[in-house]
This record gives sequence, C-alpha cells and structure tokens, in this order.
Amino acid sequence: MEDSLALTEATYYILLSLVTPQHGYGIMQTAEALSQGRVRLAAGTLYGALSSLCEREWILPLPTDDGSRRKLYQLTPLGLRVLKKELSRLRELVANGEAILKENA
Amino acid sequence: MENSKTIRKWVWVWDFEKEERWLNAMAQSGWVLDSVGFCTYHFKRCEAGEYAVRLEMHAVDSEYIAFMAETGAEYVGRMMAWVYFRKKTADGPFDLFSDIDSRIGHLDRIGKTLSIVGAANLLIGLANTFNRSGWGWINLLCAAFLAYALGRIHGKKEALEKERALHE
Repeated sequence: MEDSLALTEATYYILLSLVTPQHGYGIMQTAEALSQGRVRLAAGTLYGALSSLCEREWILPLPTDDGSRRKLYQLTPLGLRVLKKELSRLRELVANGEAILKENA
Repeated sequence: MENSKTIRKWVWVWDFEKEERWLNAMAQSGWVLDSVGFCTYHFKRCEAGEYAVRLEMHAVDSEYIAFMAETGAEYVGRMMAWVYFRKKTADGPFDLFSDIDSRIGHLDRIGKTLSIVGAANLLIGLANTFNRSGWGWINLLCAAFLAYALGRIHGKKEALEKERALHE
C-alpha cells in the first residue's frame, strides 16, 4: 500500500513523531515542537489518522504492560519507507522552488 | 445565586456549528455545559471564559473518550449520536479537527447516519402506506425531512472539497 500520493501535513508529522514510540498526546506535543508551534494536531483529527495509519500498517500500537489504556504507537518498516519517499518528494519541491525563484529574484 | 440551570432547545442537525458557538457563548458568560439530555442542556456556573466546548457526531467509543481525556478534554455527555466535550482554556487551545480531510470525514459520518435513518423511515413509510395503516405519511415526512438535512450537510461538504483543491 505504498502509493505515490503526497502525505498530508498531519500524516507526515505523525509518522515523523513515531520514529520513537509515543502516546497520542506525545505525538501532538512533538508535532507542535518540531514545527515551532505552527502544527497543532486536534484530538479528533489525530485519533482518526492513527486508526487509518494502523489499518495501512504504517504504524502499530505496542502492547502495554502497565494495564493503562493509553496506547503507545510505533512506526513500522513500511511506514519508514513511506516517510523516506515523502522526504525525497519534498526535497524535489524545495529544490525546484528555490531554483526558479532565485532566477527570477 | 443559582449555580445551575437547564435550557431546552431544539437544534437542526445542519446547525451543529451554530450550536457549538452558542455553547461557547454560554461558557463565555459564565455557564458551562455540564450534562445533556434529549433537547436539554444543563449548565453550571464557571468563570467567564474558563472553558471551551466542542461537539461532534461520533460512535460510542470509550477508547476515544480516554484519548480525549489524555489531551485534557473532559467528556460532558452524549445526546443521540452527538458527544460533547469541554476543556479548560488555561490548558491550551481546544479543537476537534485541524485539517480539511478530518472535517470532511466528520460530515461523512453525519451524512451516513442521516442516510440510514432516512432509508429506514422511507421503507417503513412505504410499507405502512401499502398496508393502508394510515400512519405511513409520518415516516414519509420524516424521510423527506432527513433527505433535506442530508442535502444541507452535503452542501457543507462540497464547500470544503472546493477548498481542498487548493489547500490541505
């Protein structure tokens, strides 16, 4: 299920946050910190995104041993491949933007 | 001084954003939503602007409520398919959706519910009409009304889809 469509900003930051395992609230905080406060993932959006990412097996919930209901999520190898592919797509966007805008500056 | 009050109010399904604005205006004036019942809203006293209130159509899901609690949002109650949450404004901004995709997903959930209830009313209405029970028109009227509501929700969805063509 690796398609060539662009990831949404929410998906990109969720995957990036989950390179190290995190709880839902941790993902929100990481995304906000990485983007210097610009990206605030709302709880409903994040909850929906986590369940579709689990379905696609880009992330997986880790078994919790402390009996807590809070789920810990982690990136899968497939998720990592998707993230790397997106990164190279973003590099292309940035490189083209910079090259063309520099010429016309 | 009273510390609680109850307001009975009918809200059309397509006015859920207006309902949310009303609940936040109430919180701004020192009355925060404390529980809900059928067309009934119970409020308790709070500091003006102490809380932000949000509502959405969501299936019964205790995992979701626990998830919301983790982010500092408190479950207030459920009225039919709608769930109500509140969060202290001091604990940071409170939104349920932060991108167009999830807003469209929410409208899809509302649309699906209206379709199911509408189709059920249509079938019951037709069955009763053919059986000459005399009450079929009530269900047919409900089905027509639900079709109208579905149209209103669909209109909101189309507006968001247009925006999504340019933005995320």
